[in-house]
Amino acid sequence: MLEVSSLNKVYRSGAREVEALRDLTFTVDSGELVCLVGPSGCGKTTLLRCIAGLLEPSGGKVRLDGREVSGPPPGLAMVFQEYGRSLFPWMSVRDNVELPLKQKKITRHRRATLVEQALDAVGLAGTESAYPWQLSGGMQQRVAIARAVAYEPSTLLMDEPFAAVDAQTRADLEDLVRALWQRLEVTVLFITHDIDEAVYLGQRVLMLSSSPTVVQDEITVDLPAARDQLHTRADPRFTELRTHVYEQIQAAKLQPGGANASS
Amino acid sequence: MKRVAYVLGLPLVLFAAWYVLSAGSESFYAPPLSKILESFGKTWTLDRLTADVVPSLLRLTAGYAVAAVLGVAVGVTIGLNRWVRATVEPVLEFFRAVPPPVLVPVIILFAGIGDGMKVIVIAFGCVWPVLLNTVEGVRAVDSIQIDTARAYGIGGPALIGRVILPAASPQIAAGLRQALSIAIILMVISEMFAASNGLGFTIVQFQRSFAIPEMWSGIILLGLLGFVLSLLFRLAEGRALRWYHGLREAQRRS
Repeated sequence: MLEVSSLNKVYRSGAREVEALRDLTFTVDSGELVCLVGPSGCGKTTLLRCIAGLLEPSGGKVRLDGREVSGPPPGLAMVFQEYGRSLFPWMSVRDNVELPLKQKKITRHRRATLVEQALDAVGLAGTESAYPWQLSGGMQQRVAIARAVAYEPSTLLMDEPFAAVDAQTRADLEDLVRALWQRLEVTVLFITHDIDEAVYLGQRVLMLSSSPTVVQDEITVDLPAARDQLHTRADPRFTELRTHVYEQIQAAKLQPGGANASS
Repeated sequence: MKRVAYVLGLPLVLFAAWYVLSAGSESFYAPPLSKILESFGKTWTLDRLTADVVPSLLRLTAGYAVAAVLGVAVGVTIGLNRWVRATVEPVLEFFRAVPPPVLVPVIILFAGIGDGMKVIVIAFGCVWPVLLNTVEGVRAVDSIQIDTARAYGIGGPALIGRVILPAASPQIAAGLRQALSIAIILMVISEMFAASNGLGFTIVQFQRSFAIPEMWSGIILLGLLGFVLSLLFRLAEGRALRWYHGLREAQRRS
């Protein structure tokens, strides 16, 4: 379970202060898949870095599975948008997936099993000895997902992971994420700027305001759990939900600081 | 086959030109190449090689190794720490600007005229390109790569060993390549000052005793040595940085 309470982040450089996150509070229950959408430049990356323990918040708390985050938490895996920069080009696919496991002091035998299962799960069996840059963009992002899966996290953070791949690959990867989430029963926080993607993937969608960021609104996606690209996206309820999210994001763009900013 | 022809083509032409043009030379200081080659065979016997070339190579290896280890270690420290960098960088620029041969007399005062002095001179000259390139390489490591590693709990020595050093390795290799040619120059110079053996010493001895063809043969040997060393370096680099050349190739194509 991921709890974010009154999270605030102010960047200071000299006398200038920029408030990136104003006051963010939300919870992601264990095993839930929640999508975060917001207008561009809404401090998504700042929020994510705070949750991942890579950045110290100025105020408020992040708790993961009941423990306060003060550094990168052990049960958390992350998939970055820039797969080309987040995979290590000097390592083979296998070594990339295996490296975090070595750090976790998992036995050699168990590591081999985990790496094989993870690569299998993302449909990359047989590419173990290739270098990441020998693969296509979509396949590279699959490697990054495999690395996260092999880590056996309780929580998976995904930062606009499909923003840089083509539309068809993207649809495949979306279904892959849903399938993995259902199978592994992990908590997923999925950040995206794509409204359709958020509604298609999530059980809930949180909408962020523009910076300084607050939670603008949230909806529960009451679509059936079995989703597919063709029928779900054609469902009238899907259209209603995405229209609602779209309106909220547009509203967020018009009033920076969100509804709470008027005070 | 074609590559070998490219590598050896021009040197062979130059050698042939030297051979033909110097064939009738009457000059005492510039003897015909045929004479130089003749003395090459006579001078550089196995005994001579073990007595003079091996000590030179050992000093070179020792000095170069010290410079490499020191340069990378200090370079990583400086590269990772903004405050250290701000403090140390002006001083580094100063030391780098001091031509190492100038320090030979100074180092003799402290370290005597033994092997230690020569190793120190070589190390002192070679450390700068390694150090400065390592600093640059470490500074330029992609922040996303570091974030990724940290998010997966990779920190401390593992972060340096498995992420920062490999990421900076292309730049470090560039520094090591520059350092290699400096090492050869300083090996010869340090032996010319004060030594009882070594390639530099032998060449100066030949010159002083007017053994001119032998002196030339020593210079040719030195050239060959430099060529072989840089070839070995390129082979090692090609193997170690295969991923980097592949990555660059892949980026060019896309």
